[in-house]
Amino acid sequence: MSGELAQFLLSGLTVGSIYALVALGFAIIYNASHVINFAQGEFVMIGGMATVSLLGAGLPLALAAALAVALAALIGLALARFAVQPARGASVVTLIIITIGAAILLRGLAALVWDKRIHALPAFSGDAPIAVAGATLAPQSLWVIGVTALIVCALWAFFNRTLNGKAILAVSHNRLAAQLMGISVRRVLLVSFALSAALGALAGILVAPITFTSWDVGVMLGLKGFAAAILGGMGSGPGAVLGGLVLGLLESLGAGYLSSAYKDAIAFIVMLAVLMLMPGGLLGARAAERV
Amino acid sequence: MLRVEKLESRYGRIPALKGISLRVEAGELVALVGANGAGKSTLLRALSGVQPVSGGSVAFCGENVTAATPEARVRLGIVQVPEGRQVFGPLSVEDNLRLGAYRRGRAQIEASLAYVYGLFPDLVERRAQPAGNLSGGQQQMLAMGRALMARPRLLLLDEPSMGLAPRLVAGIFACITKLRGDDTAIFLVDQNARAALAIADRGYVLETGSIVLAGTGAELLADQAVRSAYLGL
Ligand SMILES: Nc1ncnc2c1ncn2[C@@H]1O[C@H](COP(=O)(O)OP(=O)(O)OP(=O)(O)O)[C@@H](O)[C@H]1O
Ligand SMILES: [Mg+2]
Repeated sequence: MSGELAQFLLSGLTVGSIYALVALGFAIIYNASHVINFAQGEFVMIGGMATVSLLGAGLPLALAAALAVALAALIGLALARFAVQPARGASVVTLIIITIGAAILLRGLAALVWDKRIHALPAFSGDAPIAVAGATLAPQSLWVIGVTALIVCALWAFFNRTLNGKAILAVSHNRLAAQLMGISVRRVLLVSFALSAALGALAGILVAPITFTSWDVGVMLGLKGFAAAILGGMGSGPGAVLGGLVLGLLESLGAGYLSSAYKDAIAFIVMLAVLMLMPGGLLGARAAERV
Repeated sequence: MLRVEKLESRYGRIPALKGISLRVEAGELVALVGANGAGKSTLLRALSGVQPVSGGSVAFCGENVTAATPEARVRLGIVQVPEGRQVFGPLSVEDNLRLGAYRRGRAQIEASLAYVYGLFPDLVERRAQPAGNLSGGQQQMLAMGRALMARPRLLLLDEPSMGLAPRLVAGIFACITKLRGDDTAIFLVDQNARAALAIADRGYVLETGSIVLAGTGAELLADQAVRSAYLGL
């Protein structure tokens, strides 16, 4: 393998992991409530920005990151409780508009509470590059890929091995029957928003040393995550991971071999192509009924 | 045990339940018969708390549950097998059963699993299969088993024999009779009015959202109006 190709693949996997985490957030909320949460990208921003500001306040990195994830989860809970739940029963379009409104609000608040400058987090374990197959890998990329792999395994175990995880799946398959079994649809909605927000924040923290962070990073990362979720098949967990990785690789290869000017366009081309040619996505069991 | 007073429910402005009053005592098997669209499913959904009510009250074991959440009612012992079975298709048979016991302690689940597998041996060898792969009769057994996992004190059955071959229908009714033997009360809705009334202690007849007749199962089976309207005699 040429060093150049290896380099593109490694950076594609890195950014693809981030997209996968964001896409998982979309999938979890979609499954629990059929809502497409366009505020998902803002959790990515909150994760990065809150960590920067807590670090600036003198907290150690690990603690700052943990608090930032917790903060995002709380905001996710609040979004579900005070914006989505009261509109239960409204049309999907209404719910989507609510999440877009929430995204704009969160962005505005971030600019207000923090600032409109661009910030960087220090890499978690230094910047000394590691040589891999003729390419170089930043230690932060290892963090991104490794933590994403861990999260994916943990989520798999949660949804396939625990009764609470299966209860969330049950709600997504048959809401009425789940309610009749005593599963609280309200609580599933709250849990799924908190979990998705935490995943988004984690992605934002992991990526901040590589791509920087600012009050408006959520817009692009949210859309990329959405494109990845669509590519994988909305509502499919494995699809979200696959979609994220494929999108990351396509972007990185496209930017490398075509032109980096097209990098951001690739996500949108992929999204349009999937919606037109295979609305179920790569792994979506159901057709994208309401997208 | 169950006391329903003047219960009302509507879809938009169209009333579906117009002041239903009925009761089910502990250990009783009560049947509800009525034509298509009479409001039977609406009533059962209202009893489970998944259908909004616009008037009246529901009390269970002396407790007013009119405004209780569906999960609170399950915890109290009101458990429903919905029309059309509604199993969780992609999840395994055993996962479906375990989810039935979602509101109960982990320790009690294993004993209940053994009980349900004893009742429906067909499910044992299919425990790892997706529920969606089962035949209609097996799905009905799974839906009943899933509800039994919750240890119901009042089991609401909505059309358990719907869409099943006649041979299986007899089996389902035999099973329902057997369940009543334990300390579970059963409120049964079925389009097979004759079979339902035959195994019932008491019955009610529902017409366009109102109870028009009540009596013991034998009385209703002998009633001329019931015979011509629901038994085709
Ligand atoms: N979701 C709904 N929206 C509007 N009207 C409804 C809805 N569900 C039921 N209805 C109406 O309410 C009335 C009662 O319906 P319900 O399903 O309770 O009847 P049923 O007695 O269970 O009938 P079946 O024997 O067909 O199951 C019917 O006129 C039906 O058309
Ligand atoms: Mg019905």
